[in-house]
Amino acid sequence: MSNTILEMRSITKTFPGVKALSDVNLDVREAEIHAIVGENGAGKSTLMKVLSGVYPSGTYDGEIVYKGEVQQFKSIRDSEHKGIVIIHQELALVPLLSIAENIFLGNEQAKNGVIDWDETRDGARKLLGMVGLTEDPDTLVTNIGVGKQQLVEIAKALSKEVKLLILDEPTASLSEKDSAALLDLLMEFRSQGITSILISHKLNEISKVADRITVIRDGRSIETLNKEDITEDRIITLMVGRSLDDRYPSREPHIGEVVFEVKDWSVYHQLHRDRQVIKNIGINIRKGEVVGIAGLMGSGRTEFAMSVFGKSYGQRISGEVFMNGKKVDTSTVEKAVANGIAYATEDRKTYGLNLIDHIKHNTTLANLNGISRIGVIDDMTEMDVANEYRRKTNIRSSSVYQITGNLSGGNQQKVVLSKWLFANPDVLILDEPTRGIDVGAKYEIYTIINQLAAQGKAVLVISSEMPELLGITDRIYVMNEGRIVGEMPTSEASQEKIMRAIVRAEGKAS
Amino acid sequence: MTTETAPTSTPAQNQELTVLGALKANMRDYGLLLALILIMLFFQWSTGGVLFKPVNLTNIILQNSYIIVMALGMLLVIVAGHIDLSVGSVSGFIGALAAMLMVGWRFPPEFAFLANPFVAGAICIVVGAAIGAAQGYLIAYHRIPSFIVTLAGMLIFKGLSLALLAGKSVGPFPAEFQLLSAGFIPDFIGPTTLVPAVAAVPASDGVAAIAAVQPLVLHTTTLVIAIVGIVAMMFFAIRGRQRRKARGYESEPFVLFVAKNLVIAVLVLFFVYMLASYRGLPNVLVVMGLLIAAFVFITKRMTFGRRIYALGGNLKAAALSGIKTERMTFYVFAIMGALAALAGMIYAARLNSATPKAGQGLELDVIAAVFIGGASALGGVGAVAGAVIGAFILGVMNNGMSIMGINIDLQQMIKGVVLLAAVFFDLYNKNRA
Repeated sequence: MSNTILEMRSITKTFPGVKALSDVNLDVREAEIHAIVGENGAGKSTLMKVLSGVYPSGTYDGEIVYKGEVQQFKSIRDSEHKGIVIIHQELALVPLLSIAENIFLGNEQAKNGVIDWDETRDGARKLLGMVGLTEDPDTLVTNIGVGKQQLVEIAKALSKEVKLLILDEPTASLSEKDSAALLDLLMEFRSQGITSILISHKLNEISKVADRITVIRDGRSIETLNKEDITEDRIITLMVGRSLDDRYPSREPHIGEVVFEVKDWSVYHQLHRDRQVIKNIGINIRKGEVVGIAGLMGSGRTEFAMSVFGKSYGQRISGEVFMNGKKVDTSTVEKAVANGIAYATEDRKTYGLNLIDHIKHNTTLANLNGISRIGVIDDMTEMDVANEYRRKTNIRSSSVYQITGNLSGGNQQKVVLSKWLFANPDVLILDEPTRGIDVGAKYEIYTIINQLAAQGKAVLVISSEMPELLGITDRIYVMNEGRIVGEMPTSEASQEKIMRAIVRAEGKAS
Repeated sequence: MTTETAPTSTPAQNQELTVLGALKANMRDYGLLLALILIMLFFQWSTGGVLFKPVNLTNIILQNSYIIVMALGMLLVIVAGHIDLSVGSVSGFIGALAAMLMVGWRFPPEFAFLANPFVAGAICIVVGAAIGAAQGYLIAYHRIPSFIVTLAGMLIFKGLSLALLAGKSVGPFPAEFQLLSAGFIPDFIGPTTLVPAVAAVPASDGVAAIAAVQPLVLHTTTLVIAIVGIVAMMFFAIRGRQRRKARGYESEPFVLFVAKNLVIAVLVLFFVYMLASYRGLPNVLVVMGLLIAAFVFITKRMTFGRRIYALGGNLKAAALSGIKTERMTFYVFAIMGALAALAGMIYAARLNSATPKAGQGLELDVIAAVFIGGASALGGVGAVAGAVIGAFILGVMNNGMSIMGINIDLQQMIKGVVLLAAVFFDLYNKNRA
């Protein structure tokens, strides 16, 4: 048995109000590929940030033993100095610099601050060779594909004499061919004595390359499996294994006719004309029904919703939207809203709120016509509306004049909901409505969703938290890689079934 | 379920703030006005009482009218998150165009109407709006940064006015056009003589000499307009307060409400009294006043204004709320162009000729006025009143320092420091909050 290179002992990391990691243990052996799996938000990325010094020592409890010594990394620089390099999900390359410049960024081949370009290019070429790239080192990073960019990141890691390479969802945005090449590279590194930690959702990839797997759930390390014990069932059970409790208000569904239907919906990537992100999706929602879309991050759920809502995402969009059986035009946000569709974003700070303005102005923004006549706003009506929705959604603030940027996440989410409730839609698409908010606020959001359904609205909930979908919806669509890969009534659904639908689709895809 | 957890949040929760709290909350607004008053008092003292002379107050208005007109449009531009560097050159170009239409070009008889000051004025406004619209189109629909588009516009229109005037000054303007800047509203009612002029009587036998008495004649129409205006303002303020109170939305303490309105009324009365004792309301002040009122209304009460604040505050959120952000941006620049045109005509009418150098550098004064007035360079924040007061702060400083005979180099430096201090004060305030 080979030596242990890294041991993380009882790591506990708390954020204000949330325990992100609690007593997590991880041991990684020299020259192995160690996979870490878990649901979105289970704490995988947080654990890796602790390891690499993004969260400096002292901000967490527990200890990190690397190569037999207790380490106290204060920054990424410290951990990189010891040969631990992390490659994040969002690549950290500068698009308008060349490959060579990116590889040696912060580690320039220079004497007295003057860069030696010959050495930079030679070094880059050598490193590129190691990852199997034949690109000219002077090529700008923006001109090569995502797969190759990923390899440039790895070459950059190699330039730092990496001993332990951490990859966070490296294949999430890669094609199958690029993914396979990347995994081969990891296996080659293994034979050269480089240890890798691989964070991934894709169980088929993991079972292909990993020597051992650690499952993390709800911020705890659940179990570490050896290669011979790895089966899909086992992993899924470990990943989701928790029960539904009374975190969800009960509801008596009264479901009517189909209100909202999308047929044959296709969308191509915002920037890459040829990458299809949504592939011929069809869904429908009935009056008074709460429908969920489950899926892993990057499965295309948000892209789907935003493209339906006024073509707010993507290009070359095709497909049809029906409201109450009638085909409607949703090509601009204004038209979508006029046709009774509302979309509450997953990213309230970027897309949801004017953070420098107060609750009142945010509440009425999507329906200014509702408080004005011939373009003139009626102050009193606006005050009435803002106060009414503040009360209805239970926003905790000193008054409607509180700046939304100063509200807690839960209250911000309620302002976003207020805005869309006041627009009075028939269909409400809620994208990750409870992301980053505390349990109490979640319960209130669920209550609002229930009330909407009771009023006969059709509600579509996009969520990465499967228990949430199981707790509040009537029916669930499962989405993966831009396709609907499953549909089930919630009464027959379970986390295992959803996971299975995703995994099966993955299997088919590869 | 919500009824269980809902706090008792009735409108009554918006209870009255304390006087101190309300003062603090509106520190920026009151502070700016206070700064203007202090600066005026300082120059009144340092110029030995010249600043508040009726003729000088009238001059301050005439000197700054075109800055204020453009500051109104610039406020919208900056709130929308953009900048317009071309307004100085555009105003100069429009001044040149006005001069050529009215004086420079000899039209054949059937087109002679184009030289009519009113027709020419209308053409100038339309051309200005079209220039703004063209720049706005590139900025809004082609997403070229406004800084670059308007920098190019600045160069282009600087060159065009030179070309149009062939490097010479063109003037003088017809009398009707000059009235835009040099005219005063007529006194329909007739002057009120408070103190009649008395000629000096030299001492004679048994009678002491009597010194001559300067007459004090007031422009009655001006005073009547001012009093009517103040009464109307009071009426709307009180009615608004009562309506808010009836619904439980009033948060301003009564003392503050009274004090604020009294101070404003007294200031306006004093100011108008001064003007009335000279020649009354300048025409340009009437134009300015109407424009300021319109822009306050647009920004505070109209959906158009609200949308501009929203897109300046968070462009993506505004777009996802169904606001046509491109169209809004386009309109904002078109409005800016029309106002730059008006300002260019006021400027030309004031000089009574169009010069190739007219308008150059004005954009900097306009932008400075808006930022001193509390607008944020990041967009989404700013008020019409602030921009107007900001313009007056700069204008009074210019005027006061000129009277004091301070060198132009020192004047520039002082204005720079004031701009920096105002923005610094803003950020300091924000960070503390």
